[in-house]
Amino acid sequence: MAISTAEPRDYLALVKPRVMQLVVITALAGILLAPHPVNFVIGLSSLLCIAVGAGASGALNMWYDADIDAVMRRTAKRPIPTGRVTRPEVLAFGIILSGFAVLTLYLVANALAAALLAFTIFFYVVIYTMWLKRATPQNIVIGGAAGALPPIVGYAAATGHVDVAPLVLFGLIFAWTPPHFWALALARTTDYGNAGVPMMPNVKGADHTRLEILIYSLILVAIGVLPTALGFASYVYGAFALVLGVEFVRRSILVFRVREGEAANKTAMSLFWFSIVYLYVLFAELLVERVIYVVGVLR
Amino acid sequence: MMSYEIDPKGVTLTPEQMRSRRLRNIAIGLVVGALVVLFYAVTIVKLGPGVLKPPI
Repeated sequence: MAISTAEPRDYLALVKPRVMQLVVITALAGILLAPHPVNFVIGLSSLLCIAVGAGASGALNMWYDADIDAVMRRTAKRPIPTGRVTRPEVLAFGIILSGFAVLTLYLVANALAAALLAFTIFFYVVIYTMWLKRATPQNIVIGGAAGALPPIVGYAAATGHVDVAPLVLFGLIFAWTPPHFWALALARTTDYGNAGVPMMPNVKGADHTRLEILIYSLILVAIGVLPTALGFASYVYGAFALVLGVEFVRRSILVFRVREGEAANKTAMSLFWFSIVYLYVLFAELLVERVIYVVGVLR
Repeated sequence: MMSYEIDPKGVTLTPEQMRSRRLRNIAIGLVVGALVVLFYAVTIVKLGPGVLKPPI
């Protein structure tokens, strides 16, 4: 048996730090939405468990998808395709992290939060990675539910139940996922085609994908302003959601209209990058006002 | 069946293997240390100051 030369940074790459960042921000929003602020240590520990659970999902995804990752430019430098870590090592790493994250969340917070985290990991690894990703162009639509669950897990950890507010945040991330990934898929059609992943542009065609991006963008903008409409976010948040939402739709219309050559790829990638800004800014704004609320309650 | 020639001195690691093993050990040590702090803090928060006063 070969002796490993894997370094800590290889294991760090396995937990997909960029995805984890988004999970931390959205789960923190869920924790801070609790009407009664949760204890700082409990909140921080819960957030850590959710982040580690998300990281474990990422590692298990890389374990299962090593064949696909090896043929796609975006993922070819991941630890398994480059041979820095073996598949059995990654499987063990992912399972241990998953178990640890779920059990610790149970001890730190409550059974509901732990069960929701376990379900999130199961949904991402088994339902999305093992089944949907290779089976249907709706893969990232349904699979997006896993990425949208962290605010619900965070809220459950802080309160012991689930309410409308975290469900709205779930809806926001759920509606955001298709235009975000399909914008990338439009610019990377060949890559996904080579890997045999049935992404929407490869199966239904680029034009159909552009239409669906536009439809989901409109749904996203409507859900984006719901936190203000339902009274759990301020008018400042509402203004951000509206302005950024209009820009999101404008860019989706551009993607819908510009269909040929390098310009089409450029517009699609521009929507992809903007979608990241959209989600980060909205959640950052929500976090700021919830922190102000929590500080006010604790005074 | 493959036959092995066992080196009586055991496995000799290359400098690269030594370095990566040392880095992994440091990382594991740091994570275990952080977990000790985390579980200590959570225990104090969950049980409160009463954890220091066991019933007689």
